[in-house]
Amino acid sequence: MREAVSSLGRGAMRAIAELGELAILVVRIIKVLPQLPRTVRLTVVQMMEMGVGSLPLVIVTSFFTGGVAAVQAAYQFQNWIPDRFVGSVVGRSVLIELGPVLTGLVVGGRVGASIAAELGTMKVTEQIDALEAMAIDSTRYLVLPRFVAGAIMIPVVTIFADGLAIFGGYLAAVGSLGMSGETYVSGLRLFFETSDVWSGMIKSLVFGMVIALMGCYYGLQTSGGAEGVGKSATHAVVSSCLLILISDYILAEFLFSWIFA
Amino acid sequence: MSKEVVLSVQGLEKSFGDQHVLRGVDIDIRRGESIVIIGPSGCGKSVLLRHMIGLHQPDKGAVYVDGVDVSHMRRRDLYEVRKKFGFLFQASALFDSMTVGENVSIGLKEHFHLSPEELRRTAEVQLDLVNLRSAIDKKPSELSGGMRKRAALARAIAMDPEIILYDEPTTGLDPITADVINDLIRSLQKRFHATSITVTHDMTSAYKIADRIAMLHEGRIVFDGAVEDVKGTENPYVQQFICGKAEGPIQTV
Repeated sequence: MREAVSSLGRGAMRAIAELGELAILVVRIIKVLPQLPRTVRLTVVQMMEMGVGSLPLVIVTSFFTGGVAAVQAAYQFQNWIPDRFVGSVVGRSVLIELGPVLTGLVVGGRVGASIAAELGTMKVTEQIDALEAMAIDSTRYLVLPRFVAGAIMIPVVTIFADGLAIFGGYLAAVGSLGMSGETYVSGLRLFFETSDVWSGMIKSLVFGMVIALMGCYYGLQTSGGAEGVGKSATHAVVSSCLLILISDYILAEFLFSWIFA
Repeated sequence: MSKEVVLSVQGLEKSFGDQHVLRGVDIDIRRGESIVIIGPSGCGKSVLLRHMIGLHQPDKGAVYVDGVDVSHMRRRDLYEVRKKFGFLFQASALFDSMTVGENVSIGLKEHFHLSPEELRRTAEVQLDLVNLRSAIDKKPSELSGGMRKRAALARAIAMDPEIILYDEPTTGLDPITADVINDLIRSLQKRFHATSITVTHDMTSAYKIADRIAMLHEGRIVFDGAVEDVKGTENPYVQQFICGKAEGPIQTV
């Protein structure tokens, strides 16, 4: 019993310490933000890696997500609801929820793991210490470009994914559900709200920052060689996926109860 | 011995968890000298070296560089102090995403407004000093251990440092390559009159590059003297260490 309580206490202490360290990292990112012009080139490299590098994955994921959304919607309508609403359901669910969250989870897995593994390897091979020893701020040089690239590219990739998912839904509707293209598009237009696009973008902006932050945080915390690098990558992916789902709920509450109410 | 003290470590203590690594280190280093700090593996030599450049914060005590306490300094001021230093890391710590030339010139690129041509020219000059100009466009992964060490050495001296810190410069190298590195350290010392602080457990290297040798044991400096004094000393710790004996006051694990 005593052991259980003390291990619970140690766990809580560790969690609080981690939160504190994460907060320190956020403060340091904010402090070096004015130096962004100095790291434009590094940021562009990261943007290419996150955006262009994730495209094949995003194309497949979003295309099939849209298709599945259309097929599932038609199945649930069961001739009670007119076919044109398939377009409405696919459009709104993709823009508000499926596009940002699935892109966040899929790209987050890929990008978060790669950031954590790269920074983790640099940490255990003293490359980060070498930067610091040369009076180069590792937060500015390594963390800032990744953070900014994540905040920009995840929304950009999400827009791309939204378009592809809606197109995937169109192909499924026309190809396998026997709907006409006009019916799908008219349904899509019927309930279209610009605020849906905005809410999706705000979500993906937050997800992008969460993914990059978790990757950087766990990468910089790495210790203990190859095993440590593996652990950091896992922690980065797991924590960013959890935080995406949790923040998705909080954002949904916030955006639709307050901002777009 | 009349030269001014450039770096002074006073009462330095550092623990990691239950492990008391440094238990009160006091040492003064004078401008232009080459001091070697010896001691068994894991005795805290590298930790001491990292304190000198503010990569670790001490639990107690302080490190003064040119009379300024670097252990309790704002980050921005610390970066200014670090520009006086060159640091050769034990495993070279070259940036594996960059070429050797980019590695050597990264400090200059970040701190001065130089054109790509100027940066390349500087990298060439630095690499010439370590006989590695031909590897300027290679990635660190394409180099042997000795070449990586030389590239890292070129990077450490690229910013024209006043103080160069060497963390186990010859560890993991064959005796001939180790000697090449020792010669390089010695020639750089003579050429640029920089203060060198080396930590090592390689006595051949220590004798070759040192003006003065200090020994760290159980978190304290247990010996500090000129190279000739080391050979003649009756200090049991130094005797055991330089003769490489398992029996003696130093307990091996």
